[in-house]
Amino acid sequence: MSPGFDTSQTGTADFQNYWFDKAYDEMFASEGVPREHYQALHEMLLDLPLTEMRRRKLAADIFFLHQGITFTVYGREEGTERIFPHDLLPRIITNAEWETVERGLTQRITALNLFLHDIYHEGRCLAAGVVPREIVYSCKHFRRQMRGLSIPKNRYIAVVGTDLIRLPDGRFVVLEDNLRVPSGVSYMLTSRQVMKRIFPELFRTAGVRPIDHYSEALLSTLRALAPEGRPDPNIVLLTPGVYNSAYFEHAFLARQMGIELVEGRDLAVHDNIVYMRTTAGLRRVDVIYRRVDDDFIDPLAFRPDSSLGAAGLFNAYRSGTVTLANALGTGVADDKALYSYVPKIIRYFLDEDPVLENVETYLCSEPKERSHVLERLDQYVVKAVGESGGYGMLIGPYSTANEREEFRRRIVADPRNYIAQPTLQLSRAPCFFDGSVEPRHVDLRPYILYGDKVTIVPGGLTRVALRKGSLVVNSSQGGGSKDTWVLH
Amino acid sequence: MLSRVADSLYWMSRYLERAEHVAVVMEAHLNLMLEHDPGSAGARWARVLACLGYQEKAKGDPFAAAQEYALDQIVRSIAAARENARQVREQVSSEMWEELNRLFHQSKRIGTPKLFSTQPHELVATVIQSSHLFQGVTDSTMTHGEGWQFIQAGRAMERVQQTTRLIDSHFNEFFGTGGDRANVAEPMEWIGLLRSCTAFEAYCKVYTAELKPERVAEFLLLNAEFPHSIRFGVDRLRGSLEAVYQSASRRQPDRIVKLAGRLTASLSYTPLEEIMGNLHEFCVSIRRLCGLIHTGLYQVYITYPIESALEV
Repeated sequence: MSPGFDTSQTGTADFQNYWFDKAYDEMFASEGVPREHYQALHEMLLDLPLTEMRRRKLAADIFFLHQGITFTVYGREEGTERIFPHDLLPRIITNAEWETVERGLTQRITALNLFLHDIYHEGRCLAAGVVPREIVYSCKHFRRQMRGLSIPKNRYIAVVGTDLIRLPDGRFVVLEDNLRVPSGVSYMLTSRQVMKRIFPELFRTAGVRPIDHYSEALLSTLRALAPEGRPDPNIVLLTPGVYNSAYFEHAFLARQMGIELVEGRDLAVHDNIVYMRTTAGLRRVDVIYRRVDDDFIDPLAFRPDSSLGAAGLFNAYRSGTVTLANALGTGVADDKALYSYVPKIIRYFLDEDPVLENVETYLCSEPKERSHVLERLDQYVVKAVGESGGYGMLIGPYSTANEREEFRRRIVADPRNYIAQPTLQLSRAPCFFDGSVEPRHVDLRPYILYGDKVTIVPGGLTRVALRKGSLVVNSSQGGGSKDTWVLH
Repeated sequence: MLSRVADSLYWMSRYLERAEHVAVVMEAHLNLMLEHDPGSAGARWARVLACLGYQEKAKGDPFAAAQEYALDQIVRSIAAARENARQVREQVSSEMWEELNRLFHQSKRIGTPKLFSTQPHELVATVIQSSHLFQGVTDSTMTHGEGWQFIQAGRAMERVQQTTRLIDSHFNEFFGTGGDRANVAEPMEWIGLLRSCTAFEAYCKVYTAELKPERVAEFLLLNAEFPHSIRFGVDRLRGSLEAVYQSASRRQPDRIVKLAGRLTASLSYTPLEEIMGNLHEFCVSIRRLCGLIHTGLYQVYITYPIESALEV
């Protein structure tokens, strides 16, 4: 028992409500027996009085509120700004497990980048039948404007967040890739800051690998992609503005990197050169880390009603005077229907077996697979291919007959738009709920940077489904986050 | 620095200064009211309303109207200051943001009509203290570069305009025009004016507690060392505008710096007697020049047309 704390009066966190089922448990090897790398945390939970735990939880919440670490929820009237729900207990991964993840992600991102280059140029993998043409050309994120366009270092996906889950046997598998404008990295970085304040003693004993160099790595990734002949590039972060749900993150990253955070109205394009409007006049822009979707980047090339980008930006991009990261049209590679072809893509381009496997996926566009799914809607998770953020999803086992009927109708009407995956038992990790420790389902989103080389900071964002029994970890659907520790 | 950012910093600072100004004026007059003839309360609060910029004719009880208006101004100015800071979250230091954010959440909690009508001091004291804290935090955590100068300019601009309006309306009421000095009001009103400018203690140190309207005017308008005086504010404004001009190293002529120079000259070199001869006119000319500087600031640094910037 740690000295200085009187536990006789208050007791410690209790494990009464902790349960076990088929899902992999991150903390316990079996009931009451913590895995080796969780031992320090487990002992601390048995040691620290509840009052102390509550105090720390409160301190963490106050920090988040005062820092303004909030996100915006769409589709609800009340309070648009909310604190990002945060669980106090870290999710811990061993170094050996992490090495596999790192190797697998590096392989996957390298292959996907080659794939993107290929489909916008020769299309060898299409000709070879590795990926059906109709999957690529029917994807709404395919940008024909990108055909034949050369971009610096052929780097399409510079910033990626890939969602992994852990199966009951303990293996990590890929659930989806986010190759357009992945978000959440600021939560990873700030929640680490909070945890260092709240559990300094655990950090000292556990040996956690640092993640603070993320911003620096991001900046050098962006710098590596500057147009030729611009040795000291002006790099900016383009945000849709303060009302975007991830605005906090945009501001956070810009500040961490020491670059300007610009909005569309700060930019002006003249003679295919992009400028930003400063108090000292117009200043040329070389690299844009854009957090604006393809559709909104340039009203002349894409959606004409958008004012989030800059008119003429795409032409400047085509002429090579400015780099966009990520490139346009990368969404075709994180389409949920294309996802099922990624193992083939890896084999085709790298001639290697995938290190990280996919989740079994049924394409509703294939008649046989579609009828298989439609007969068993109550067992599958059905997802719309172009959606993200947990919207447009049916979770079979937890759905009502009406919802299933609704999805059946939608699938039949537009089969290309839907895929189905078996309902997976995401692994569970312990969470702290005002006194009791209970398991909740978690996933893992590591952040991958690809400039001159692939860089992945150890860890990532662990998202947790805070509602009991829920499998949906998205922040918009009642999910929260945990700090993720990769040990030395 | 981005024009949009300069714009937001400038307004963040102005709004916070406005919230503080309203809070200080309310504090002074609420205090005054406690020991005063209830008969004159109506006129006083109508005057307070007017010099806080209330445009319409107050309906019903002026005191209630003033309270309502002041509360609304304070809460809204704080929200606007925070919103501006939020727009440029990465440009202000984390400490500044935390302080402003804390003030915002607190003002929402204690700035309710019910609480404000019974315990106005709680909000007023919070706002004043927090605004001071914010200035201190700004000075010690933010780089004293261009952005900081826009913040200083915003605060000085707002302070000069508000204080001028206060002085103007007060002297208009209590200081007879021409040679007629008979209706010099009782000392409490002058204390009220000084307190509204956080100037009572400072005044006493310079002139002792003997209150004379000319001295009050001299102190509030022309003192070069007191932070709430017009002269001080105008000097600061000019300093910031010069610094902005230097750092932006512009092809634009120094139009704004010249305007600011005219403003400081009129405060540095106009004799008090001449000012007192037509105080209202003097106040109007200060505010007119402030308006020109504000417009010029926007034309040169913020909303300039792209074509003009490309010609260089």
